[in-house]
Amino acid sequence: MTETSLYVLQQLINGLTIGSTYALIAIGYTMVYGIIGMINFAHGEVYMIGTYTAFITIIGLFTMGVSSLPVVLLLALMTAIIISSTYGYAIERVAYRPLRGGPRLIPLITAIGMSIFLQNYIRLAQGSRDLAMPALISGGIEFGDPDVFEVSLSWMQLIIWGVTLASMTALALFISRSRLGRACRACAQDLKMANLLGIDTNRIIALTFVIGAALAAIAGVMLGLYYGTINPYIGFMAGLKAFTAAVLGGIGSIPGAMLGGLILGITEAMTAAFFPSEYKDVVAFSLLVLILLFRPTGLLGKPEVEKV
Amino acid sequence: MSDNLLDVSNLVMRFGGLLAVDGVNLQVKPRQIHSVIGPNGAGKTTVFNCISGFYTPTDGTIRYRGKAIHRMSGHRISLLGLVRTFQHVRLFASMTVIENLLVAQHRHLNTNYFAGLLKTPSYRRRQREAMDRAAHWLQQVDLLDFANREAGNLSYGQQRRLEIARCMVTEPGLLMLDEPAAGLNPRETAELDQLIMRLRDEQDIAVLLIEHDMGLVMGISDHITVINQGAPLADGPPDQIRANPAVIKAYLGES
Amino acid sequence: MHRAIFPALFAAGVTFLLTCLVVGIRLEQEGASLTVVGADAETWGWIAFAVIGVFLVQLLQQPLQRLRQRLPTADITGLLPNEMLLHRLKPWLIALVVSGLLVWPFMVSRGAVDLATLTLIYVMLGLGLNIVVGFAGLLDLGYVAFYAVGAYTYALLSEYYGLSFWMSLPLAGLLAAVFGCLLGFPVLRLRGDYLAIVTLGFGEIIRILLNNWTSLTGGPNGIGGIDKPSLFGLEFSRRASEGSQTFHEFFDIDYSSGHKVIFLYLVAVLLVLLTIYIINRIQRMPLGRAWEALREDEIACRSLGLNPTVIKLSAFTLGASFAGFAGCFFAARQGFISPESFTFIESAIILAIVVLGGMGSQMGVICAAIAMTILPELAREFQEYRMLMFGGVMVLMMLWRPQGLLPMKRPHLELKTS
Repeated sequence: MTETSLYVLQQLINGLTIGSTYALIAIGYTMVYGIIGMINFAHGEVYMIGTYTAFITIIGLFTMGVSSLPVVLLLALMTAIIISSTYGYAIERVAYRPLRGGPRLIPLITAIGMSIFLQNYIRLAQGSRDLAMPALISGGIEFGDPDVFEVSLSWMQLIIWGVTLASMTALALFISRSRLGRACRACAQDLKMANLLGIDTNRIIALTFVIGAALAAIAGVMLGLYYGTINPYIGFMAGLKAFTAAVLGGIGSIPGAMLGGLILGITEAMTAAFFPSEYKDVVAFSLLVLILLFRPTGLLGKPEVEKV
Repeated sequence: MSDNLLDVSNLVMRFGGLLAVDGVNLQVKPRQIHSVIGPNGAGKTTVFNCISGFYTPTDGTIRYRGKAIHRMSGHRISLLGLVRTFQHVRLFASMTVIENLLVAQHRHLNTNYFAGLLKTPSYRRRQREAMDRAAHWLQQVDLLDFANREAGNLSYGQQRRLEIARCMVTEPGLLMLDEPAAGLNPRETAELDQLIMRLRDEQDIAVLLIEHDMGLVMGISDHITVINQGAPLADGPPDQIRANPAVIKAYLGES
Repeated sequence: MHRAIFPALFAAGVTFLLTCLVVGIRLEQEGASLTVVGADAETWGWIAFAVIGVFLVQLLQQPLQRLRQRLPTADITGLLPNEMLLHRLKPWLIALVVSGLLVWPFMVSRGAVDLATLTLIYVMLGLGLNIVVGFAGLLDLGYVAFYAVGAYTYALLSEYYGLSFWMSLPLAGLLAAVFGCLLGFPVLRLRGDYLAIVTLGFGEIIRILLNNWTSLTGGPNGIGGIDKPSLFGLEFSRRASEGSQTFHEFFDIDYSSGHKVIFLYLVAVLLVLLTIYIINRIQRMPLGRAWEALREDEIACRSLGLNPTVIKLSAFTLGASFAGFAGCFFAARQGFISPESFTFIESAIILAIVVLGGMGSQMGVICAAIAMTILPELAREFQEYRMLMFGGVMVLMMLWRPQGLLPMKRPHLELKTS
């Protein structure tokens, strides 16, 4: 294979990795939107808090003398999920539930306020500097021609793919098979009707925030380990990207969020391959504007019927 | 070319798998009161929403004064002279009565930005004209004393009348009323009856009416179209409709 | 009360989870590796305080609510002079305030005047964003982008073409408006939430572009040596540049750098007064009415022939142009600009000003802008917690007083019955 094609293959691998984490975060946006029709602006911060919690747990466990890597990682993942979910729940209780049914502008502003608040809350508690952790999982498979270009697929990337796939499958099963999942779907169809039929909609709405937060936490742990550095501001861009992914796939649609995440990740990686890497954010955002312009319902979204 | 003001032919509206309107035809002639009746869920409001541009029909054509409007956006249709009210009153509740009428005259006003900043004579003149027209219509619907009240504080019957006045200040050619008598007491309904007839006779407009109040419909309509489950059932003058067995079975027979 | 105990316990538990790990334990970088440090006793004290506080508030929610209902609510409308009197006094009050604004800088220190100038920039930004958020009900999270466009317009025009401040001012406003129009047009047709996120992204994009287009904008190093405004060609420098004259030479007085500061302040006052006048007029114009109507019921507006996109776009563009003016002035005042002045935080501050003052209320926005710029200067420690508080303020205001501290309605036209 030629150098270019190997290079492109490498970028494809990188893009799939980032894209799958975008997809995980995007599900949080899309689920909340699907049910209450609101964008949870503070979702990116939940992801950021997930990475912090994971780092704290990992370092804490090492300090306590737990040395088995799988045990440490599993515990970190679980802690991150629990803490982030609590944040998701709290955001819903504080910034969304009291305002439900009011003018749309109001919860948008509270959510923005919430996002700024959480970002600075972590900044004050943990400092604003970058925190770097040595790679815990290193190595991988290398292939291609050592003389031309060597493509590497790290274990970490494989783990990210695996975990993403597992989480998505679990979510799909939960939504399609379980009682609560069915209630979720009912709420997404018609919240008022679901309420009349005896579904505790408050609980379901809270649940979507919690599930979204848990998935964001999983993404946070993965990306935290993958990049190795975190700071309180990472939630902002990640949130924006994941939102783009959600819109790209069609907001409100869970398979759409998955697809959108992957497409966005690959697009970004390809941009970064041929242009200065700062411009990948520009490209991602331009993509968002283009979709809104030409296909506001996204790739898999359903058109909204206005209620007159 | 027909002399119809509004010509709806073979209108079809589909929401996903639901066929809400299936092949409805309407011909509204100038200076006529034309009613659309049918049981609940027959698709009357959907027809309205298609005509007024809130929905784009799946199939069929809608022509107003010979001009195809079924692909136009709602505000452009309204600028052509097709103005509607809503089943649930949609006033600007926290604005005053007079301002509700001024908003409706947006296109008659001099909206030039600099003219407004400098209060040019033309701006002032337009503003005054709009005020006069608003006052005239408040008089017509008997709301002049309430001009500076918040619209949301009016009684239900007054809100209904204000909504009609708000349509009239735009100087429409066809007024579309969606269940204007819903929630009114008999006296208010009788007044509304008078008002609608007066509009037709004095203002040279046609009225397209959706209504459940049979007394009102039969009393004032020049022409009636009956639809049932989205499909046309009957069409004709009130006497003919009253005698139509299919209509009696589907609609009148129930009540 | 015993029925409230489980929800209260639950809330306390949630609070504990929210705080224990991220506040209770701190990550520290030590060379290449990280360590964890437990927080000191004081921090844990705060955590305990928060947990117990939430528990008690939840537990005593009902009694507290009953207590609050029994408390007399303060009615400040009674304290204000009646409307007729206020109306008659209005021209005098305005004259008093304006003359106060003009005389005041000659009596205080340079630093105070400088701070006042900065405050006036925020007043202008707040008023501009208020058009978009308060009047038209559109959430613009990238307002700072238009501010940046204005600032860079002047900086670049002055650097490459030697255009003066007064020449550039209208151009800066115009260009910002064009950007607003181009961005708003595709997005304003969609739902409000999309606008929020697209503007947020747009703000970031503008910053990234300014940072990376080094050949034009100087990248992170910014642009320096931007000319100050002149008074009908009179410069406020010690020595005149070629072909022009300085202020102190013309009036034959000693050079003082204070002149420049006061002049800048006066220019800012002029711009703010102009802004207030224009916005006041627009509120009474059909456009202002259409904004309010659109906020109330978009469907009704469409049925009456109002084009929602155009009306929203007008608010969005107008708001952007005021940010452009403010940006142009900002560049002139600083003499140096870099992308660092145009981060999302800046947008958030302006939004917080609008939210705190009351969406749609000019008076409120002005007061909030003054408070938000002067408070951080008074207390340095406040700086550290500033953004945390802004975020908190936005949430709390929306929950308790969404109309803002000084709510005010648009003046309605009245029908005078003869």
